[in-house]
Amino acid sequence: MSLSKIKFDKKIVLSFWIILIALIIAAPTLLPVFRLNLLGRYLSLSIVALGVDLIWGYTGLLSLGQGIFFALGGYCAAMYLQITSSSEFPNNIPEFFALYGVEKLPFFWEPFRSPFFTFFAIWIIPALVAGLIGFLVFRNRIKGVYFSILTQASLLVFFNFFNGQQKLINGTNGLKTDVTQLFGQMVGSESMQRIFFWITATLVIASWFFAKWVVKGRFGNILIGIRDDEPRVRFTGYNPVIFKTIIFSIAGGLAGISGALYTVQSGIVSPQFMTVPFSIEMVIWVAVGGRGTLLGAILGAVFINYAKSLVSEALPASWMFIQGGLFILVVTALPEGVLGWIQGDGPRNLLQRFGLKRKIETYPSLEINNKEQK
Amino acid sequence: MNKKDLLNLIDITVSFEGFLALNKLNLNLKKGELRAVIGPNGAGKTTFLDVITGKVKPTKGEVIFKGKSLVGRKEHKIARLGVGRKFQSPRIFENLTVKENLEISVTTPKSPLNLINKSIKVEQLNEIERLMKIVNLAQKVDSKAGSLSHGQKQWLEIAMLVGQKPDLMLVDEPVAGLTDEETDLTADLLKSLSGENTVVVIDHDMEFIRRLDSNVSVLNQGTVLCEGTMETIQKDQKVIEVYLGRPED
Repeated sequence: MSLSKIKFDKKIVLSFWIILIALIIAAPTLLPVFRLNLLGRYLSLSIVALGVDLIWGYTGLLSLGQGIFFALGGYCAAMYLQITSSSEFPNNIPEFFALYGVEKLPFFWEPFRSPFFTFFAIWIIPALVAGLIGFLVFRNRIKGVYFSILTQASLLVFFNFFNGQQKLINGTNGLKTDVTQLFGQMVGSESMQRIFFWITATLVIASWFFAKWVVKGRFGNILIGIRDDEPRVRFTGYNPVIFKTIIFSIAGGLAGISGALYTVQSGIVSPQFMTVPFSIEMVIWVAVGGRGTLLGAILGAVFINYAKSLVSEALPASWMFIQGGLFILVVTALPEGVLGWIQGDGPRNLLQRFGLKRKIETYPSLEINNKEQK
Repeated sequence: MNKKDLLNLIDITVSFEGFLALNKLNLNLKKGELRAVIGPNGAGKTTFLDVITGKVKPTKGEVIFKGKSLVGRKEHKIARLGVGRKFQSPRIFENLTVKENLEISVTTPKSPLNLINKSIKVEQLNEIERLMKIVNLAQKVDSKAGSLSHGQKQWLEIAMLVGQKPDLMLVDEPVAGLTDEETDLTADLLKSLSGENTVVVIDHDMEFIRRLDSNVSVLNQGTVLCEGTMETIQKDQKVIEVYLGRPED
């Protein structure tokens, strides 16, 4: 019997959640600040990975440009923090403006004085940008490889734009957040970081439930239908453009939240969030964790990044090789990703290969063989 | 043009870079009619369906369905107007269960908001149950559609087509790869659907077409060569030449 078919007892589920919540509450006391901060950052990355899983794993849209929405969320958060902490600087505007001789705050910074506006901007602005890009692309029926290339090109456009605008958003230097103040406390301080960790952990769980709700039922089935046979969905009377736009927009919003959380925990947002490798890494996390499993995206993001920091500490410069090898391994040996492999028949097949479990000949398996012969 | 007509194709021409896939094709369908369309390979049978369902835009000509022009409309709009299509090779959602496949087809309205907000209506669930009984898939409700046999897939797709409640059903080679028994059952099923629905069946299988006992249109080189009952068709000199083959001397 495969793992996915085991019906978990309600008590087991409940105790799992109690242990998980206890761990989250206790983590700040169990882990040194440095490690806690890293874990918080990786947990925030798992939210962008959830979005990638929704659009790629479920809907079949391989976006290589999620960094755009991730960075937008980060910039929204950083702009608010910079502007609320700028009272002691000349002209009451963030310090970096003085370097470029800017005396008046650019107009688009104004709304970010409001924490209320910022709270919504962090996820609504990336969602709107994603929705707009998505709608234009999907309406013109651009898909597959062309879609991937287009998202990567958009990523480069955004990267170059943000990189070059010193007078607007400090260009390539980015916006620092760790020395800014939030509610009278330094954002980079230990107590603030602890709170951010808790917020992140809560939001990861909330995003997971949200994503599960989205793919549950008929809406999720249409997404899978679009992935497997889009024209068929169309001839059944559904408009795939709207469904794809909605899910791409949701993934954009999740990326924004993720970027904001990552920014406040790493202390800076910069155009480096919009580099090509970073957006590709997001896809790798999901591929390794398991496409179309949601939980796999979270686990993939957290474990790969944790491994990255551990490996980089021990053997600097070797991480890229390991990551590349991991990706090749997953693509060739575990196309469903680690979690997909476990949920499928992976463990049973492995035991059978070593003769630890008897093979079962069933009628369905005979059917599958026939199919392969065709 | 008759008022009782459900569909009129008027002088449809489709040109693929100079090659005429359809050439001034005219075809009228009455409400409740069962019509078989046959023709040699490359006669334009599938293009003919593509034009009606909006996949291919005709270079010239007009498609009138229920008094409205279909030319230039998007595929999903045409589907919502009441044109359903079954494809040549069974196209079902293999990673979804039989029930989920049927849910997708019977759901109305087909808007994202309706899908995410509300659970499926009771009458739609009843409809699914009815459909599964008709096509003998009641035992396979929760099986992945991909695990079904070829014949069962064909039937699931027909059930999905019926579940859409279209006024016009376009059925492309429904019996390809089916056993004789399954072919007979499919013919009976399609016959029982006509009357209430208008059904167009495209096929090569002469025995199957004969069993449908319906009017037949013969396509050749993108145009209607001949129309009539199976008997008339078989006697027609032109049809014999291009399609049925000359009787041996």
